Amino acid sequence: MDASLAARIAADPNYQKLKATRSRFGWILTFAMLVVYYGFILLIAFDKAVLAARIGSGVMTWGIPIGFGVIVFTILITAIYVRRANSEFDDLSEKIKQQVLK
Amino acid sequence: MSTHAFIGKAARLAGLTLCALALAPAAAFAAEAIGASEKQATNWTAIAMFAIFVVGTLFITKWAAAKTKSAADFYTAGGGITGFQNGLAIAGDYMSAASFLGISAAVMISGFDGLIYSIGFLVGWPILTFLMAERLRNLGKFTFADVAAFRFAQTPVRVFAASGTLVVVAFYLIAQMVGAGQLIKLLFGLDYWIAVVIVGALMMVYVLFGGMTATTWVQIIKACLLLGGATFMALMVLWRYGFSPENMFAAAVAVKTQIATAKGAAPAAAEAAGQSIMGPGTFIKDPISAISFGMALMFGTAGLPHILMRFFTVPSAKEARKSVMWATGWIGYFYLLTFIIGFGAITFVLTNPGFLDAKGALVGGNNMAAVHLAQAVGGNIFLGFISAVAFATILAVVAGLTLSGASAVSHDLYSTVLKKGKADSAAELKVSRITTICLGILAVLLGIAFEKQNIAFMVSLAFAVAASANFPVLFMSVLWKDCTTRGAVIGGFLGLASSVILTILSPSVWEATLGNPVGSAPFPYTSPALFSMTFGFVGIWLFSILDNSPRAKIDRAGFPAQQVRSETGIGASEASGH
Repeated sequence: MDASLAARIAADPNYQKLKATRSRFGWILTFAMLVVYYGFILLIAFDKAVLAARIGSGVMTWGIPIGFGVIVFTILITAIYVRRANSEFDDLSEKIKQQVLK
Repeated sequence: MSTHAFIGKAARLAGLTLCALALAPAAAFAAEAIGASEKQATNWTAIAMFAIFVVGTLFITKWAAAKTKSAADFYTAGGGITGFQNGLAIAGDYMSAASFLGISAAVMISGFDGLIYSIGFLVGWPILTFLMAERLRNLGKFTFADVAAFRFAQTPVRVFAASGTLVVVAFYLIAQMVGAGQLIKLLFGLDYWIAVVIVGALMMVYVLFGGMTATTWVQIIKACLLLGGATFMALMVLWRYGFSPENMFAAAVAVKTQIATAKGAAPAAAEAAGQSIMGPGTFIKDPISAISFGMALMFGTAGLPHILMRFFTVPSAKEARKSVMWATGWIGYFYLLTFIIGFGAITFVLTNPGFLDAKGALVGGNNMAAVHLAQAVGGNIFLGFISAVAFATILAVVAGLTLSGASAVSHDLYSTVLKKGKADSAAELKVSRITTICLGILAVLLGIAFEKQNIAFMVSLAFAVAASANFPVLFMSVLWKDCTTRGAVIGGFLGLASSVILTILSPSVWEATLGNPVGSAPFPYTSPALFSMTFGFVGIWLFSILDNSPRAKIDRAGFPAQQVRSETGIGASEASGH
């Protein structure tokens, strides 16, 4: 890509919007994932009893649904990002391409 | 029950429990590396099923060979893989036989701890998706070095990236080869060296003739077989308990309580021992080990060269995102299954004297948990099926690793560094194939050399290097405008060297492999990642901001254009590379 084309794209408001929105969205979700995973790990490191506590009268503990919850959360948060990126962000990219390459 | 029988049973259970206790802490990374095993009787059903798989995949290789004409076909299957297919292939690369057998064994031994371990392997995927996937696709062509070196001086960054790739591939490959030999000895009743040679030879055929196309389809088929087989096992276990998790867990707790009682524990202590599988145990020790280990798994995923390479096999960033979403879904689902399979092994396998030897240990070792469960829920035919799938799994993972190592040598070192980017596609392809043969022979020899070694640290080392060397360089070169060639190379090598050195100084190598006394390891934590990643990132940052060379000006000036391409995909390589 030559420098003038790059500069033209960089000046495009759609590009700036795309960059800012996606970057913010990506970092928020990354942060959420870090909080959930390291929260889980540190909970275990500092107080194992919390997750070993039984939910009801049976053998089921809080640890099992929370552990499964982390797995489901991981899949869902990935799906949320991909859904938005594949619609909204890709539409913006497409607009930018049409703008500068016409 | 006669007194004699009771004593026999008690002794068996006691032996089993002792064995389980001894193994529990080691289960951490041992789960990824299958340890020593005994040779079993030749299993013809399994061999026949595996033969069907091999014949089928060889036909695919023949078909793929006809399509593999250029270097681009060899590295990226001509970019013709869809997001869904690539997602399955990525999942296939990630779900190794060792993780299937090792995680179900870890769950069988210590319950909840096995779940903590598998969660660590999953959480890197969203990070890879949010920060790297589409940018990789937009900037790269064949290898992750294309991305890392995008705006930098090619030679030093490529040399670094090839080193990072080859170190990760070498350790991962040795772990897989040794695992293959042990597992096949166990499942098929073949000699260790024969098993290693078969894996090496078949893998070379796939990669040499079929390149990425064959490797991808072998991976997809194996992923489907593995997911199908594991789903069947989990459903059979749940069906036995009326699809009530509470009933399944209660039965498992009862079995573990009974084992503790037979060992001579008082009723209250036995009950506590039984219930202990429902909560965290000894796996996470101190917070520093916990965080460091978590970082190695989380960021290592985003630095594994054979995984990163898969992003170039799809035609667009959109498909790259879809593939990582499918991969995350399948891998997460797979870990849920292995958890149920591990609990199934407690209730079906540990209670069946047929699966236990005279000392009460699992026949063939704890890694056989899922295999014995296959026999318990599906008979000999299903046992043969699962054994064949485990073999196919190793084969596919090894092929993916070799392809990635060969690409680093031919594309990064030969074509870009040696020939300054002027090598023609045919010459590059030839170098890839020669490298594949060399890597295949090397893998077989190392697999045989390491047969009796304790190699539990190798996968952990591969993840630590990927997290501390490959990931920081990739991350900073794509996202940080002031990063320079010098910073990336020095920081990258710092991360690489520190992760290798600290692993050698840690208990898993210093004590377990080198045989120094327990407690003498200079570096006390499970994983070096917390420290070595810091070295990597701080090194890149420091040597970049101190860099005032003329090259640094070019590096920084190249950032805006790189960013435009990484964000929009304008100017991105068509995956075919034509």
